[in-house]
Amino acid sequence: MAGSSVSVDLTQAMVTAPVAAADWLIVAPSLITMLGGSLCLMLRKNTQLQPKLGIVFLVLLVLSSAGLLVHVLNHGVITMVMGGWLPPFGIAFTVDPLGATLTLVGSIVALCAGIYGVVTVDGTGRRYGFYPFLLLLMTGVCGAFLTGDVFNLYVWFEVLLISSYGMLILGNDRIQLDGAVKYGVLNLVGTNLFLIATGLLYGIFGTLNMADIAMKVSELGNPASGTIATVAALYFLAFAMKAAAFPVNFWLPASYHTPNIVISAVFAGLLTKVGVYALIRIFVLILPESLDYMADVIGLVAILTLLTGALGALAQSELRRLLGYLVIAGIGSMLAGVAIGSNLAISGAIFYAVHSIIVMTALYMAAGVMFYMGGSYDLRRLGGLYQRSAGFAGLFLVLAFAVSGLPPFSGFWPKVMLVEAAFGDGRAWLGAAILVSGFLTTLAMGRVWIYAFWRGGPEGTPDGTGVAVSGGGAAQLGGAAPWLPMFVLTALIVYFGLQPEWMMNLSIEGAGGVLEPRGYLQSVFGEQG
Amino acid sequence: METGVAVLIGLFFSVAVYLMLSKQLVRLLLGIAILGNAVNMLIFTNGRLTREVPPLIPPHLYTPEIATANPLPQALVLTAIVISFSFFAFLLVLAFRAYQELGTDEVNKMRVAEPDNDQSPPQGY
Repeated sequence: MAGSSVSVDLTQAMVTAPVAAADWLIVAPSLITMLGGSLCLMLRKNTQLQPKLGIVFLVLLVLSSAGLLVHVLNHGVITMVMGGWLPPFGIAFTVDPLGATLTLVGSIVALCAGIYGVVTVDGTGRRYGFYPFLLLLMTGVCGAFLTGDVFNLYVWFEVLLISSYGMLILGNDRIQLDGAVKYGVLNLVGTNLFLIATGLLYGIFGTLNMADIAMKVSELGNPASGTIATVAALYFLAFAMKAAAFPVNFWLPASYHTPNIVISAVFAGLLTKVGVYALIRIFVLILPESLDYMADVIGLVAILTLLTGALGALAQSELRRLLGYLVIAGIGSMLAGVAIGSNLAISGAIFYAVHSIIVMTALYMAAGVMFYMGGSYDLRRLGGLYQRSAGFAGLFLVLAFAVSGLPPFSGFWPKVMLVEAAFGDGRAWLGAAILVSGFLTTLAMGRVWIYAFWRGGPEGTPDGTGVAVSGGGAAQLGGAAPWLPMFVLTALIVYFGLQPEWMMNLSIEGAGGVLEPRGYLQSVFGEQG
Repeated sequence: METGVAVLIGLFFSVAVYLMLSKQLVRLLLGIAILGNAVNMLIFTNGRLTREVPPLIPPHLYTPEIATANPLPQALVLTAIVISFSFFAFLLVLAFRAYQELGTDEVNKMRVAEPDNDQSPPQGY
C-alpha cells in the first residue's frame, strides 16, 4: 500500500455498514445508566425528584437488558465495535447469553434496590448521591458483563469500584470509614493484579480482544508455558479477591455490614458475582487449557471458601455480618463449578450466580425490615418478630430455605447440578463440600429464624410468653416501597424453584457459549473466523 | 533494554509490597502509589520498547515506513494512570478521614467495624 496516494479500501479496516437498530441494545444498558447517573448528579440537590428519576432510568435499564437478552437468544451472539474499527482493532462489545442473562438479573436487582432505597435512604443520603452512585455502579456492572475486551473489562471494574466506594461511605459514619479503608485497599490491590495480568497477556499476544486472544491461545501449541501459567495464576488471584474467595475474603465481612442496608444489599448481590463472571470469562473462554492445571487450586480454594463462609456465618450474632459470610459461601459453590469445568458444572455455576444475586439482595433487604421491626441487627436482641408479622416470618423462611439450597426454592437446582457434576467428574470431595456447606448454612439460617422470629422476645424473655416488640425506626417502614422489591425477588426465587427449566436452559446455553465459543468468535470476526 | 527495565519494575514491585506490608496506613498508601507506577511501567514494557521512533506516518503514505514505537501501550498506560491517580486521591482523603474519626492510622487498631470483644451468638434457646 505504501506509495499509493489516493483510494484506500476502508472496508479492510472499518465497518462501513450502518449499525442495525437492534444492535444498539448492546450498549444501551451502559449508556442509559451513564446518562441517568449524570442527570441525577446534576439534580442532586433536588431530593424529591431524585428517586423518581433514578427509578425511571432503572426501569429503562431493565427493559433494555430484557430486550438485549431476547435479541441474543433469537439471533445468537452479537458484537458491536467502537468507532467502526474492525476487530481486533476496535474495542468490541460482545454479548452472549451468559452476559445478557447476568445483565438482566443485575438490572432487576438494581431496580429493586432503587425502590427499596426510597424509604431507607434519607434526604442527606440522596443529596450525597445515592441514586447517581447506584446508576453509575450499574454502568460498571453492565459494561463488565457486556464487553469483549480485556482492558475494557478492567475499566468497567474501576467504574463500578469507584461508585461502590462512594456508596460505601455514604453517611460518613466512623464504622463506615473503617470498613471502607479495608474494602478500598484490598479491592484496589485486586484491580492492580488484574491490570498486571492484562499487561502480561498483551505482551504475549499483542491483542486485548477476548475472541482474538482465545483464537491465538489455541494456535499457540504449548498452552502450559510458564508465561501463560503466570497470567492465569494472577488472574485467579485478582478475581478471587474481587469475589472474596477464601484466603482473600477478609475485606467482605469487614465492610459489607457498615453502610445503609440497601447499599449492602446491592453489594452483596452484584459485586462479588462480577468477579465470578470475570473468572468464568477468562478461564473458560480465553484460557481454557489453563483450567487443566488450575482446576485443583480452584477446587481447593472453593472447598475452603465454602467452609469458611458457612462456619463464619455460624459464629456471628450480627445479622448483616452473618449474611456477609453467606455471600462468601455462595462464591465457593460457583468456584466449585469453575473448578469442575464441565458443561453441567459451568451451567450450575451460572444458575447459582443468578440465584445468589437475587437471594442475597433479598436477604439483606429482609434484614433491613427486621431492624426496623425489632430495633437491632443483633441476634441476642431480636425476638418475637413472628407475632409482629407472620407473613414476613414466612417470607424470611422462604429466603432461608433458598440460601441453604433446600427445595422447593431456587437454591436447590443449581446445587443439584453442581453436586451431580462433581460426582460425575470424579471430584466427589467438591460435591461433599457443597453439601456440608449447605447443611451448616441451614443451621445458621435456622438459628436466625428461631431467635429473631420464633421465640417470644429478646434474650431473657421467659419461655411461653410474648413481648410486644417495636423498633425505633418503625415509622420509616411506611408504604409499599420496602415490601414491593422483597416480594418481587421472593417471587423470582419461588418461580425458579418450582419452574427451573427456563433458567436451567438459559444457563446451559450460557455455559455452552463460553465452552464452545464458535458463535462468540464468529460474531466478532465474521463467518471466516 | 527490556531486561533492564524489567529489573527496575521488579524493584518497584518489591518496594511496593514491602510498604504495603506495613501496619501504618500512610506507608500502605505509598506502597499502593508505587504499585500503580510499577504496573504502568510493566504495561509499557510489554508493548516492547522502541527508542526515538514516534509512530508518525509521513503525509504521502498510509502506513509507516519503518517499525515505530507501539502507541497502544501508551494509550493503555494513560488510562491506567488517570484511574490509579483518582483512586489514590480518594484513598488519601479516606485515610485522612479515617484517621480523624478513629484516632489511629495503625491498621491493627482500626477495629470499629469488627470489634475485638465480639460476643459469640446465643448458644441455647
